Amino acid sequence: MSILVNQRTTVICQGFTGKQGTFHSQQCIDYGTRLVGGVTPGRGGERHLELPVFDTVLDAVRATGASASMIYVPAPYAADAILEAADAGIELVVCITEGVPVNDMIKVKATLAGSATRLIGPNCPGIITPGECKIGIMPGFIHRKGCVGIVSRSGTLTYETVFQTSNNGLGQSTCVGIGGDPVRGMNFIDVIELFERDPQTEGIIMVGEIGGSDEEAAAEHIRRYVSKPVVAYIAGVTAPAGKRMGHAGAVIAGGKGTAADKYRALEAARVRTVKSPAELGSAMAQLLGKPARKAARKPARKRARARR
Amino acid sequence: MNLHEYQAKKLLASYGIPVPDGRVAASADEAVAAARALGGAVWVVKAQVHAGGRGKAGGVKVARDVEQVRAAASGMLGQRLVTKQTTADGLPIERVYVEAGSDIARELYLSLTLNRERGRIAVVASVAGGMDIEQVAQRSPEQILSVTVHPASGLDAFQCRQLGFGLGLAPRQIEQFQSILMGLYRLYLARDASLIEINPLIVTEAGALLALDAKIDIEANALFRQKEMAALRDPGQEDPMELRASEHDLNYVSLDGDIACMVNGAGLAMATMDLIKLHGGRPANFLDVGGGATSDRVTAAFQLILSNPQVRAILVNIFGGIVRCDLIADGIINAVQNVGVAVPVVVRLEGTNAQAARERLAASGLAIIAALDLTDAAKKVIAAARAAPRQAA
Repeated sequence: MSILVNQRTTVICQGFTGKQGTFHSQQCIDYGTRLVGGVTPGRGGERHLELPVFDTVLDAVRATGASASMIYVPAPYAADAILEAADAGIELVVCITEGVPVNDMIKVKATLAGSATRLIGPNCPGIITPGECKIGIMPGFIHRKGCVGIVSRSGTLTYETVFQTSNNGLGQSTCVGIGGDPVRGMNFIDVIELFERDPQTEGIIMVGEIGGSDEEAAAEHIRRYVSKPVVAYIAGVTAPAGKRMGHAGAVIAGGKGTAADKYRALEAARVRTVKSPAELGSAMAQLLGKPARKAARKPARKRARARR
Repeated sequence: MNLHEYQAKKLLASYGIPVPDGRVAASADEAVAAARALGGAVWVVKAQVHAGGRGKAGGVKVARDVEQVRAAASGMLGQRLVTKQTTADGLPIERVYVEAGSDIARELYLSLTLNRERGRIAVVASVAGGMDIEQVAQRSPEQILSVTVHPASGLDAFQCRQLGFGLGLAPRQIEQFQSILMGLYRLYLARDASLIEINPLIVTEAGALLALDAKIDIEANALFRQKEMAALRDPGQEDPMELRASEHDLNYVSLDGDIACMVNGAGLAMATMDLIKLHGGRPANFLDVGGGATSDRVTAAFQLILSNPQVRAILVNIFGGIVRCDLIADGIINAVQNVGVAVPVVVRLEGTNAQAARERLAASGLAIIAALDLTDAAKKVIAAARAAPRQAA
């Protein structure tokens, strides 16, 4: 088991024939993801990476039955691409694109509120269930199938967490990068809820950062509803107020959204917090009573290939 | 991206929001000419800088004749204004705004910004105008009124009435208040604002509403479709290092420590700063070289970092996903050879092709300190910074 994606998930790529779309689609195919086609308006009927190209998401869904979409469409058109995927009945939309205007996302969020579509991102690394399905830009080879669910607002900091939990032998059930924008699709709570219900997930690592109050909301949710051990780290203790720290959503505004506030809320919810990102993996191993052992010899990617 | 008050007010006026008459001036003579053209007996001379708290810092002066206007303008222009919202260096005053004086019966607060929790635009109003709204929110939360706007229906008349009556406006003022709010909401959407703040919105003795101050931020991600707004950018108000960084597509924020960081990814960059602090060091900057870091960008990043004379050591922390570590290693080697790096450099590379990268760094013969992991990197760079002399400025 895992959450949201597995070996049966069929995926299309929007922005398929562009530079980013091409590169990352190939990487996903190599990893073992069941990519079944792509969409580039005006290129319908062509083939790309040995897969069919469609003009619209609706055409792609009708022809392939895809249930997930990964979006590399440039920022000015990304919101439209998300809405198109939702309208075509795609269940899981993963938007990698960075720099989508907030006002566009406000509209997207309100529209998706009434639909069955789940959105991950934008401005995120994507989602991966090791050995089964990778939708996004994360390096596949660092992941290992295992028992830790990871949810994070940051890309490379997620890889860091994955790396540690692969090295100490815990591995990951599913990793979800929810993205660094202030208005986004799935949030910590949405993902944590799924991890709590997933039998493969034994512990949850959440990686937050300054800005907004989503970590505080997650803390309250964990306090009430989560029985599995949770380890958390918040980036940005040293960030000055009022400055946007790379991510559009990482800004301490009006004295709110500081790392200290978030740590306080998480600790009140009896979450095991770490002040060093280097301790995420070891803290989880400790909580699960699984002392660090040598990593499994076979990387998850190889297993995925063998199965195909 | 911030607008100046004079730019914001011009924009407000074009959306039908009442503002006092005013003119911008870049010299004392221009300020006097502005006052004469405006007429009247009282003027306010306001320093145009991208920061609040100007009044208490001496950046807002009332003048009762044109000589006082001249004195106020010449006292401000060419100086740097230090407010509680700026760094200790303050911001340069290159222009002043000369405005007709207004008589004030009441001061209110009004703003539009994103409510992140709801994912909607929020309109916030308060009877406590002219004050620091964050302090009001803390001390007297009951004085803060707020509504959020559903994007499909837009700002509704009833929401305007709710806020207007909540502010204690007279029924005859509600209509003007509603028209102001509707104008602000249209402006917010049409210009991709991320903040419009009117503090204070005044009620004059005659009972009319007037935007006495204005702060507008335009969302950086939307500048591609807001050419008119992008043209209003004033680089003189920005940190020169951050400005240089943005020209190279680097995300840079200046801090006051002595250990420079170069990292890929915003989250990891923040985490690296935190780690330095946790182990007793002080980070000199936030620097995200991005997911597509190339050799050229690494070189540009080194140049940027080294132009800060405070820097005593550099920590490079890269987790290669898409970025190949061996290419980053080449970039580091190039930069150290060509830029002339006089301070110790600690490098931690992990992920794609990390082993090849380590071998290249080791074979380069350069004095690069290799780190095994995050903690090791932080400890090594702090030790190196303590041992190193300060760079010659």
